[in-house]
Amino acid sequence: MEDTLMIKEEPVITFKNPVLLMEDLSVSYTEDALAVDNVSAGVKRNSITAIMGPSGCGKSTLLRAINRMHELYPNIKITGRIYLNNKDITSMNPILLRRKIGMVFQSPNPFPTMNIYDNVIAGFKLNGVRLKKIEKDEIVETSLREVALWDEVKDSLFKRGTFLSGGQQQRLCIARALAYKPDVILMDEPTSALDPVATSKIEDLLVKLKENFTIILVTHNMAQAARISDYSMFMYLGKLIEYGKTKNLFTRPVNKKTEEYLTGKFG
Amino acid sequence: MKRIVEIDKSVLRRRLYKDKLFYYAVISLSAITTLPLILIIVKLLEKGVRQINLSFFTQTTPNTLEAMVAKANGDIIPGGILNGITGSLLIVLFACIIAIPLGVLAGIYLYENQSSKFSDVIRNITDILQGVPSIILGVVAYNWIVVNITRGFSAIAGSVALSIMMLPMIIRSTEETLKMIPSTIKEAGIALGVPYHKVLFRVLIPSGLSGLLTGILLGISRILGETAPLLMTALGSSVINFDITKPTSAVPLLIWEFYNDPNLVDLIWSSSLFLMGFVLFVNIIAKRIAKKWKIH
Repeated sequence: MEDTLMIKEEPVITFKNPVLLMEDLSVSYTEDALAVDNVSAGVKRNSITAIMGPSGCGKSTLLRAINRMHELYPNIKITGRIYLNNKDITSMNPILLRRKIGMVFQSPNPFPTMNIYDNVIAGFKLNGVRLKKIEKDEIVETSLREVALWDEVKDSLFKRGTFLSGGQQQRLCIARALAYKPDVILMDEPTSALDPVATSKIEDLLVKLKENFTIILVTHNMAQAARISDYSMFMYLGKLIEYGKTKNLFTRPVNKKTEEYLTGKFG
Repeated sequence: MKRIVEIDKSVLRRRLYKDKLFYYAVISLSAITTLPLILIIVKLLEKGVRQINLSFFTQTTPNTLEAMVAKANGDIIPGGILNGITGSLLIVLFACIIAIPLGVLAGIYLYENQSSKFSDVIRNITDILQGVPSIILGVVAYNWIVVNITRGFSAIAGSVALSIMMLPMIIRSTEETLKMIPSTIKEAGIALGVPYHKVLFRVLIPSGLSGLLTGILLGISRILGETAPLLMTALGSSVINFDITKPTSAVPLLIWEFYNDPNLVDLIWSSSLFLMGFVLFVNIIAKRIAKKWKIH
């Protein structure tokens, strides 16, 4: 089954035993318009899946449906189903779900009142999980090493996280998401607020992280999707227009809209 | 192409002159607005400083006779306002104990439910409450507490009246502060699988603590000088009292008492100086906190 294009109305790829599976997912902010329109797609384990599309195409909205972030805002309506490891996420406790699906945001948002050390273990700390000092130290060190931040901050672990540079803050936020060992990490344009050097550091990091995690990356930077993602989705006006291996999608797009977007005709 | 029209020199000079005139007018007028405060402080220092010594802070109010004798001998009036200071602290402390939890919770509710009908009602009532004359709050507290609960004048009745005065400020500052915290901070907490109430109390409130403290301190500085509601509730007392069900003195009440006693009238100035200084101090601390821990 893998890698075969299923030509229904739109070309969509399917996987065996996907970590995430969306079925007929629709999200709407207002009654008359769908921000995400009937999307069905699976996500392959230990890969980077990029979601591309012009502004307002619903890519962030789709992402935030996966960890049920929309439930913070009661006027948002969601229909369809999402399965995490074959389990319907609406049947799970949202709090426990969010511990399995980490999230990194567009602009770095370390907790301003916490130091670097506490920011990494914020998930444990805020949830009241009691850890021994050794366990905490280990989590902090491994998480910071995974994001290649350990050497830069090991002497200032107890300084506020907000004193770091933008790129370092974003890596700290990734470390915070990793600390809980989630199955999936959602990233909502994680480099759009960063300079090129910090961006390339984060991109290298993501490629390394996919050994242990599944990453879904929303980006409106096509070059970034081409560089680091294994699979790409192209969304337009809330619809999933095309989904396939990044290599194929960029070289031989099936849909005319995808081709127009990739060649810069709109977006 | 035409050249840009050159401005006539005399016109230019007139414009520069007008500009300067306006500049100095603005400066001098804004200087005038600071005058009342400066005049008040100068007057209080001039008349009050003579009475301020250690015993002013460590002794209770003198009786009329002692004061009369001292005045006749040309000495300063003995005694101090310790009963007023402790009374003010006691009343304000209990006002805070009542108003802070209620106000902060109401502020959180308004922040959470920006546009619900009930929030609008609360917001309007809060605004109206801010404009209720303090003496009316005194009457109400008298009726609620003095008549029905403590069956006599009491510090707690004063605290209730003052807490109602504080509430609007705390509610509004809590709401405004929480609104200023970027929503991504809240979402970061939620995305880590932290239950909402923990995000609120362990992430949002600590992040906005400076704003909350500022609101509370400004509220305190507002009620510190209130006299009218206390006249009908705490009444006043010539001894140090820490029992909230008993009549208690407060600095503004003492000023009123001194005003009514020809022998003690000189103590008005030093008491006013103290009260003014204390309120200024609280205000400055509030401003400092707001500046230092600004939300980034």
